[in-house]
Amino acid sequence: MTALVLLDHEEGQIRKAALSAVTAAAQLGDVHVLVAGDASIAQAAAAVPGVAKVLHAADARYAHELAEPLAALIVSLAGQYDHIVAAAGATGKNVLPRAAALLDVQPIPDVIRIVDAETFVRPIYAGNALATVKSSDAKKVLTVRNAAFDAAASTGGNAPIEAVDAVDAPAVSKFETVQLSDSERPDLETARVVVSGGRGMQSEEKFHTLDPLADALGAAIGASRAAVDSGFVPNEYQVGQTGKIVAPELYMAFGISGAIQHLAGMKDSRVIVAINKDPEAPIFQVADYGMEADLFEVVPQLVEELKK
Amino acid sequence: MKILVPVKRVVDYNIKPRVKADGSGVDTTGVKMSMNPFDEIAVEEAVRLREKGAASEVVVVSVGVQKAQDTLRTAMAMGADRAILVLSEESPEPLAVAKVLRKLVEKEEPGLVILGKQAIDDDMNATGQMLAGLLGWGQGTFASKVEIADGHARVSREIDGGTEEVSLTLPAIITADLRLNEPRYASLPNIMKAKKKPLETIEAAELGVDMKPRLSVVSVAEPSERKAGIKVGSVGELVEKLRNEAKVI
Repeated sequence: MTALVLLDHEEGQIRKAALSAVTAAAQLGDVHVLVAGDASIAQAAAAVPGVAKVLHAADARYAHELAEPLAALIVSLAGQYDHIVAAAGATGKNVLPRAAALLDVQPIPDVIRIVDAETFVRPIYAGNALATVKSSDAKKVLTVRNAAFDAAASTGGNAPIEAVDAVDAPAVSKFETVQLSDSERPDLETARVVVSGGRGMQSEEKFHTLDPLADALGAAIGASRAAVDSGFVPNEYQVGQTGKIVAPELYMAFGISGAIQHLAGMKDSRVIVAINKDPEAPIFQVADYGMEADLFEVVPQLVEELKK
Repeated sequence: MKILVPVKRVVDYNIKPRVKADGSGVDTTGVKMSMNPFDEIAVEEAVRLREKGAASEVVVVSVGVQKAQDTLRTAMAMGADRAILVLSEESPEPLAVAKVLRKLVEKEEPGLVILGKQAIDDDMNATGQMLAGLLGWGQGTFASKVEIADGHARVSREIDGGTEEVSLTLPAIITADLRLNEPRYASLPNIMKAKKKPLETIEAAELGVDMKPRLSVVSVAEPSERKAGIKVGSVGELVEKLRNEAKVI
């Protein structure tokens, strides 16, 4: 059996979450990847160990991974594949259901475990339950959670690259602009350490209290939905059911109470630290190390202590 | 321009769902049900577009059990003009719902369909994209801002690294993300008024759509619970534990 993985990218780089999708797909059979974008990305994809072939769609209409042309392209390539896989990020969730509809397939989103070629485990109800589902469709279309599968290595492979031609699709959408939050920090979804702030951060300005700590730990910065809704940070920082799902080695929650929808996004982290003034905060029920204290006192002390 | 807004009746977002003892699913008997929160945002956006004059009528539709008419009445209390209930089994799959919606779109000919980006029960995040695919329409998913002008929708989309703007030729599909708007509360007079608004009921079978699910549920289980750890008294102790016990820094 062979799986086709849509390898999504950002700013000329393969998204790390897409490398987790390669690992997941390898459990299903041989892995071919589809790169819609620059030749340099296709070359990077060819170096990923475990990839047997790279399909490269260089046509300009695919450069921004718009769903309408890209889903049509996937459908045109789908014939020989048993599984079509992507990371459960903004691109995979935008493109794959559209392709699935055109293939008359019910997609299986957010897979966290592959039981066999047709049986998959996925969270429902914001992770409050895990459903094991079996698909009767001839092809399976799935997105996978990167937190549940290790990222494939980015060097060591040497797969052939095959150019694929553009296919007709309704020209009903046009890319206009993109604003990416410019960050020198690691990617939130794949960082080893995440430092996160909640409503307790009090303001946009005070949210930056976390910056020196994130610097010291080489951490990504995240936030609860409450912090995003209060306008402290942009939405792409959001960790939770409606934001990003993360599972770092270390997750540090500052001034986050621990609403169910936030816990859904981080409870699979290996070690959780919670700092909160409220001893009753539900976050303490999932934290390995909790501290009842004022975060604005704790954070500078932590930075000092880490220097020792 | 007419706007069609599909809405789903789901377990209220404040309720912690409980898995049935036999592992066959989540227990919904006697549990408070409400409109899917993302669908409330979709209804609000459609009503605002009508209030601004960009749309002339807002039609809400739900595919599900008889009780879903409560959800449709809520949507009409928020300002939708009329409703269609397509009777089917509880919680049909997005593929089946998208096929039902395609039939309704062919009949109603809306210029825009606005959906919530995902339902908070099955967390599928698929119906809007699938409907767009079936219709061959453009899709603006995870929308945080929508502007309608000159036969186009300009949509700001929440993506992994930030925000992307796309322009779609109408008719088009939009799926609502959290930051698109803050839905209004239905006032009592509007709740009363909504009871008199038209609600049409049809059987899914009449539309000739195969509703049979493609996914069978093997089992549903509770995730393993994390246990609370320990409380530390000082920053020094915390760092010591992280270094020497958890070995994570």
